[in-house]
Amino acid sequence: MLRSRARLAIAGITLMTAFAACGDAGDDDEGKDVDADTDAASQIEDGTRMAEIRDAESITIGVKFDQPGLGFKSATSDVPTGFDVEIAKILASKLGLDTDEITWEETVSDNREPFLEERKVDLVLATYSITDERRQVVGQAGPYMLTGQQLLVKSDSDVESIADLNGQEVCSVTGSTSIDRINEQGAKGVGFASYSECVQKVLDGTVEGMSTDGSILAGYAAENEGELKVVGDEFSEERIGVGYNKEQTEWCEWINGALTEAFEDGSWAEAFESTLGKSGVETPEPPALDPCT
Amino acid sequence: MEAVLDDFDTYLKAFGYTLLLFLVAGVASMIIGTFLAACRVSPVPVLRGAAATWVTLVRNTPLVIVFGTLSFMAPMLWTRLNFRWVDVHIGPFDFTAFFSAAVLALSLYTSAFVCEAMRSGINAVPLGQAEAARAIGLPFSGVMTQVVLPQALRASVPPLASVQIALIKNTSVAAVFGVAEATSRMTSFNNDFASQRTSIFLCFAVGYIVLVEIFSFFSSRLERRWRVAR
Repeated sequence: MLRSRARLAIAGITLMTAFAACGDAGDDDEGKDVDADTDAASQIEDGTRMAEIRDAESITIGVKFDQPGLGFKSATSDVPTGFDVEIAKILASKLGLDTDEITWEETVSDNREPFLEERKVDLVLATYSITDERRQVVGQAGPYMLTGQQLLVKSDSDVESIADLNGQEVCSVTGSTSIDRINEQGAKGVGFASYSECVQKVLDGTVEGMSTDGSILAGYAAENEGELKVVGDEFSEERIGVGYNKEQTEWCEWINGALTEAFEDGSWAEAFESTLGKSGVETPEPPALDPCT
Repeated sequence: MEAVLDDFDTYLKAFGYTLLLFLVAGVASMIIGTFLAACRVSPVPVLRGAAATWVTLVRNTPLVIVFGTLSFMAPMLWTRLNFRWVDVHIGPFDFTAFFSAAVLALSLYTSAFVCEAMRSGINAVPLGQAEAARAIGLPFSGVMTQVVLPQALRASVPPLASVQIALIKNTSVAAVFGVAEATSRMTSFNNDFASQRTSIFLCFAVGYIVLVEIFSFFSSRLERRWRVAR
């Protein structure tokens, strides 16, 4: 009896130490809060979805939780961080909402359209590439960012571009646009659940390289300095936009207006510098917005 | 619907991978599982203990964890386990590191269930059969391969069929471990053709149902043919 109780105690202590160790992992960069912009909010026309959100003082925004620099939430933090998240905060502030009034919902690539259609989320800012196909089911405003696909390889690798990996396996995320582009370029895309798993596969030598948006790769290259490097020119162009429910057509003009303001007053550039810019990527020119139809 | 029909080759190839994963892992799991079952009823305590430990360990671990262990932890422990030395190409199919790791994970996982299904079959063989086999002087291996296992296999066809059907569906886990099988392709289709999500889902669901139904058909035929008259 005594022995089994002692054993239980030891097991308990071991578990607790393990949890404590987990709690320390990683330095949490919570990102900055953006206060409500009441001037902008008061100009919203009544009867629109935006006015409803302003009056209800709550909005649900879908972001990615697993893409460092764009939309990322570590296991120990309560709020996501990244460029998409910062842009979402700016949009919310122009609706008269403080950052803590935003409900963050994780939208993985597969559930972005269903969540918008079912109105589980009001907006989606989850590395959401604008495509004609998607515009048939949801509304997409923007783009607020242009990005292209590059290649991440080991530092001592001779690979210089995707052409060098013709017929070989290149890692990316299952079902993503990136994996389609890899296949189009003649390499063979192999899919994992997240980019960090691909990084692991590049590091242990199972694949020569991995590929997705250059901005994401730069983050991993910085994290594993001396072991990984980004190579090659961008071989695709993705236009990242804001998704909304197709029936709420009033969003488009409003989002474009809010983004134009953010481009002009420097808050867009600031959002870039505090997230993607950290890995040494230069802040680009703001992209040209698509007109609303 | 058009999305899948226009690219039907991709659809078929995806289910080809699913089928290949199932066939290779199915055969391997039957072999490993039968061996484990023989160990569990053997007169050697070490073998009994080892097999029981293996079954307890693997059967109580989620499949994703087994996959993760083989894909991420194993190469760290021993570099050869990254399976880069596997490089076979047959027709449109590539059998490389990812396929190997997936097959190994599925085989090891399923073998624990096969072992238990077999053991239930062994328990169904009357004790007198084994005693009679021993009485005519057969060693343990002879008792097992000549007398007990053939009867046990017949008795355990229904539970084994369930285990293998579960394996057909479990192959979908390989989608996020680098194999371009059906579930992985479905995600790709969904990503490219957002307006046809429902029909894409149905097309792939039908694919799995067809595979399982074909397998069920043959296993019930086998069950009837092999029924032991008692």
